[in-house]
Amino acid sequence: MALNRRDFLKTSFGAAGIAATAGLAGCATAQIGSSGPKVVVVGAGFGGATFARYLKMWAPNANVTLIEPNAKFVSCPFSNTVLAGINTMDDITLPYDNLKKIVDNFVPDTVTAIDTTKQTVTTAGGHTFAYDKLVLAGGIELMYDKVQGYDAEAQKTVMHAWKAGPQTATLRKQLEAMPDGGTFVMSVPMAPYRCPPGPYERACMVASYFKRAKPRSKIIILDGNPDIASKKGLFVAAWTKHFGYGTADSMIDFRGNNQPRAVDVKMMMVSTEFDDVKGDVINVVPPMRAAKVCGVAGVRDGSNGNWCTIDYRTFESKVVKNVHILGDSALTNFPKSGSVANNTGKMCAYALSEQFAGRQFDPSPVVTNTCYSGTGMGTAFHVATVFRWDETKQSMVPPKDANGVSAEESETEWAYMESWAKNVWADTLGLPQSYNFTAKG
Amino acid sequence: MKNNKITLACVGLVGLAVSGIAGAVDARARFMAANCSYCHGPDGKSHGAIPSLAGLEPGYFVKQMKAFQDGSRPATVMKKHANGYTDAEFEAMAKYFAAIK
Ligand SMILES: Cc1cc2nc3c(=O)[nH]c(=O)nc-3n(C[C@H](O)[C@H](O)[C@H](O)COP(=O)(O)OP(=O)(O)OC[C@H]3O[C@@H](n4cnc5c(N)ncnc54)[C@H](O)[C@@H]3O)c2cc1C
Ligand code: HEC
Repeated sequence: MALNRRDFLKTSFGAAGIAATAGLAGCATAQIGSSGPKVVVVGAGFGGATFARYLKMWAPNANVTLIEPNAKFVSCPFSNTVLAGINTMDDITLPYDNLKKIVDNFVPDTVTAIDTTKQTVTTAGGHTFAYDKLVLAGGIELMYDKVQGYDAEAQKTVMHAWKAGPQTATLRKQLEAMPDGGTFVMSVPMAPYRCPPGPYERACMVASYFKRAKPRSKIIILDGNPDIASKKGLFVAAWTKHFGYGTADSMIDFRGNNQPRAVDVKMMMVSTEFDDVKGDVINVVPPMRAAKVCGVAGVRDGSNGNWCTIDYRTFESKVVKNVHILGDSALTNFPKSGSVANNTGKMCAYALSEQFAGRQFDPSPVVTNTCYSGTGMGTAFHVATVFRWDETKQSMVPPKDANGVSAEESETEWAYMESWAKNVWADTLGLPQSYNFTAKG
Repeated sequence: MKNNKITLACVGLVGLAVSGIAGAVDARARFMAANCSYCHGPDGKSHGAIPSLAGLEPGYFVKQMKAFQDGSRPATVMKKHANGYTDAEFEAMAKYFAAIK
């Protein structure tokens, strides 16, 4: 499907596009690759990688620089299956090789400074890049200082595992080392947070591992929210069916309105306003906000300065021009999911490619979310929503009946969940049809 | 900068010459079809249990989408997704996917 350069020029570069492009041209530092508008993307996670790949497809003339410090992509989706022992870290780790061939410039570095007046970004390695459009897709920043005692020392023992990688591997090792009859204490942050169903899926996955390997063990869930914040009916049904929830020897003990306020590693204790809870393995996910790089750019304007408000048609920041925010960092009606980061990455690429071509924006864009959750017992279920731009509400909202959850958990959906993971990875990273995935559903 | 200007001027000519036949690629259909690829795979070519969409016959495609909407074809997720689009959008996406080899 890749268009060649001539097709592209024919189909998408109108005369007005030239004016727009010329207007964007600033005085740049050395630029490698395409001569069109300079687009700098920070972060090659679900949002940034998808955006970069699709922009090069829909506006090949754009000069795309993608900056990402990690050598490989480690997927948060399916990382709970690693905790269950179903998959390994290798199964959820994927290469950037294809993406590197697609973008003009792939920079293995971290952005540390941004000048939104001069329109430049600077990296820890000391490189400066000029941009016409800057896309921030840095995910989330965890606020350890909101939990007393969660200092650098405590962070060696207490994992969040809310960014997949070494944290996930360590938490799995801790669960393996835990004796049968031990207690696993995990927390759920207050909404809005990355992946609303994720913590409850984590409880299922760890419970499935305990059920197989150490059946006398317990899981205590300390939830900052008053109640289960996502797919409640389906999670309660799964916990009841598989893990004795609601009975005297339930493996899962759910406690709402219990935001962790302090951790004490010597005592292996988590404290909330109501409880002091001891655990053999402690997994506290601290409160979170938009990625640090959004703070650096001065675009954390929403929700007490924690998240970034955007214009839905372009994902441009409402406070700083030519800075676009994708994925979890943005404050929107969408859940903070990989599916949404992937899909809104395309929506932003579409808006910018139309803008570069001098055309009008789509008056009624559509994006969707689907989050699958696995039970660890060979079944899964979903929540799915379509969002459309509503001119009167000036917002993205679900059309009638385009929102809902599975009727019940099923093995069919576990197979679809595995297929979804492979397809969203391939779509985000540009993996070829022949790519040999090893993750198992 | 000089080089840039020359390139832009060339692009301008081509752009003017073909502006009358704009729409050779339906950018909106292409974007909407891309909404499906996080499940159905890039270009509608799927890995695993979710069916591929690439190359489906347009009549069949539209019929399935309508059947998901009215419930005559049972589905796990597709009823919700189908309910989010119009008949005209089904036609546009059908055309797009049918053209993928
Ligand atoms: C346990 C768990 C399970 C989940 N399961 C699902 C699921 O089943 N389905 C689903 O849809 N979603 C799921 N999610 C949510 C999903 O992982 C996130 O919503 C998604 O990763 C958000 O994408 P993003 O692009 O915003 O951020 P990320 O994917 O986190 O990417 C951010 C990238 O930016 C880079 N970066 C950060 N700062 C800088 C900087 N200064 N300079 C350069 N690069 C930088 C980082 O290294 C990173 O690669 C899950 C999350 C968790 C934690
Ligand atoms: C969350 C994942 C997901 C998304 C997103 C999704 N689909 Fe599907 N699709 C499925 C699944 C799963 C099936 C099988 C039916 C079912 O259980 O819902 C399916 C089936 C279909 C079929 C029937 C294929 C056949 O061979 O009979 C069509 C057509 C289809 N989808 C079109 C689309 C279009 C168009 C979009 C985007 C607008 C889309 N789908 C988005 C998961 C998805």
